[in-house]
Amino acid sequence: MLNELDISAIIVTIKLALLSTAILILIGTPLAWWLSQTKFKFKVVFEAIIALPLILPPTVLGFYLLVTLGSNGPIGKLLESLGGSSIAFTFSGLVVGSVIYSLPFVVQPLQNSFSSIGRQSMEVAATLGASKLDRFFTVAVPLARSGFITAAVLGFAHTVGEFGVVLMIGGNIPGETGVLSIAIYDHVEAMEYGQAHLLAGGLLITSFLMLIFVYIFNRHFSIMRSRG
Amino acid sequence: MIECKTKIKLEGFTLDAQFSIPDKGITVVFGASGSGKTTLLRAIAGLEKSDKGYLKVGDSVWQKGNHFVPTHKRQIGYVFQGAALFDHLDVRDNLGYAIKRTNGLSKDFIGSIYTLLDIKALLNRTTSQLSGGEKQRVAIARALLANPKILLLDEPLSALDLKRKNEILPYLDTLHNQLDIPILYVTHSQDETSRLADHIMLIEGGKIIGNGPVNDMLTRFDMPMSHSSDAISIIDARVMNREPEFNLMHLEFSGGQFIVPDNGLSIESLVRIRVAARDVSLTKKKQIDTSILNIFPAVVEEIVPEGKAQVMVRLSLNGVVLLACLTTKSASMLDLESGLSVFVQVKSVAILS
Repeated sequence: MLNELDISAIIVTIKLALLSTAILILIGTPLAWWLSQTKFKFKVVFEAIIALPLILPPTVLGFYLLVTLGSNGPIGKLLESLGGSSIAFTFSGLVVGSVIYSLPFVVQPLQNSFSSIGRQSMEVAATLGASKLDRFFTVAVPLARSGFITAAVLGFAHTVGEFGVVLMIGGNIPGETGVLSIAIYDHVEAMEYGQAHLLAGGLLITSFLMLIFVYIFNRHFSIMRSRG
Repeated sequence: MIECKTKIKLEGFTLDAQFSIPDKGITVVFGASGSGKTTLLRAIAGLEKSDKGYLKVGDSVWQKGNHFVPTHKRQIGYVFQGAALFDHLDVRDNLGYAIKRTNGLSKDFIGSIYTLLDIKALLNRTTSQLSGGEKQRVAIARALLANPKILLLDEPLSALDLKRKNEILPYLDTLHNQLDIPILYVTHSQDETSRLADHIMLIEGGKIIGNGPVNDMLTRFDMPMSHSSDAISIIDARVMNREPEFNLMHLEFSGGQFIVPDNGLSIESLVRIRVAARDVSLTKKKQIDTSILNIFPAVVEEIVPEGKAQVMVRLSLNGVVLLACLTTKSASMLDLESGLSVFVQVKSVAILS
């Protein structure tokens, strides 16, 4: 059965994924909106930077995060000079790493949804007296519903599944930075295949169910829309 | 008055327009596709921005130099081509979107708009349960609920088939008769123009080439509409009496009386008559043994050649202008010249309202 470490790993993982997803939606929404609307010449540069985690080995990202966030790194030093401490090997560090690592999984579906709304609905809202912020929340967000669901589920699932970044910057401290994916690795290393099966299988089924949910929701949504 | 001066550069196209039009009735913005009609409407709505421009509607200045009032602060009603209802809201909430954002709307006003466009039966439907014509009605109602100072209609009928068009046109007639605000109506359809326009503004290649009262614009020889093969004249008249024996009615205008089939309009109601230039012929003496009922005395004002074999003649019927398209041969046989008194025979007319 699950031991104490396993259970704490599950709790840390869920906490991490929920918090990261919330931050990702908060950061990703304005970023995706800007990317979907701007005619800025160097927009592709931003898109490439955001997409980098898709192709970069997670260890590379984790290594650079460790270097910048650690007590000798620029951000680590800045935090210490402000009276704080380096966030490497802490839960906060893990959140920062997850947010950067999962950013494309949130920004891209949102950006696609926002782009597909088109200009007209927003213009209609403007002619009816809605200010920029008003029409964003009353027109763009509801019309991009499916994008938000996809972004949240992918951001959550991807954070649950990360390994390389977490290992580099988290350091596997039980109850603090010890997450599920590393717990599975530890069980395998210790030849505890039964325990590994339990966690890995659970993760597999959960991920599968989440994706089923996204597909059902988006299909339902697209049918609703196509009737319109 | 509505006064506007705007210059908008888009990719491969420049709108450079300066005009002033009356602030009542329907002004039709008429031009071919790509001439800049929609861009002009968007400029008035503030959806396109001109660097330095001037726009005044009634007593509101919406642009003066660099002072630019954004779209959501302009009191406009804009009906987009193809209605553009919000699909994530039902009909009631589409209308509510406008109501919530408009200050000081009374229940009576909202009710009168619903009545004007027969909205009540549609309120509980989703947008997908509406026909094309119903969508347009909801879109027009939604625009009016913004309590606009000007109503902008961008080809509201172009996406509809003939049946739906005929369903919507009576509503547009009602708007025309009942609203006090000016309406700017973009179209490239001569039918809609002749039926609805009080005023025509012609646009070509991003420039305004003329604007004036509807029949002036249709019949002035320095304007292109008088030179097309389907040139027309518009005459506003009044139902005077009926001739039940033959099922006819008499329509009076300052040049005489048209006799047309009775379509049930009540006595005294105003009607608009459309006469195609090719349905008008001229005689020097009043014909007596003829089947044509509509014969009026007229004076030739001006004659211009139209192609190799035809001429266009502008006539005055006691001040009412009418075009006639004749062959050059007929014109020369009649010795037509400016100032000559003739008789006009009108073969057929269309009643537009």
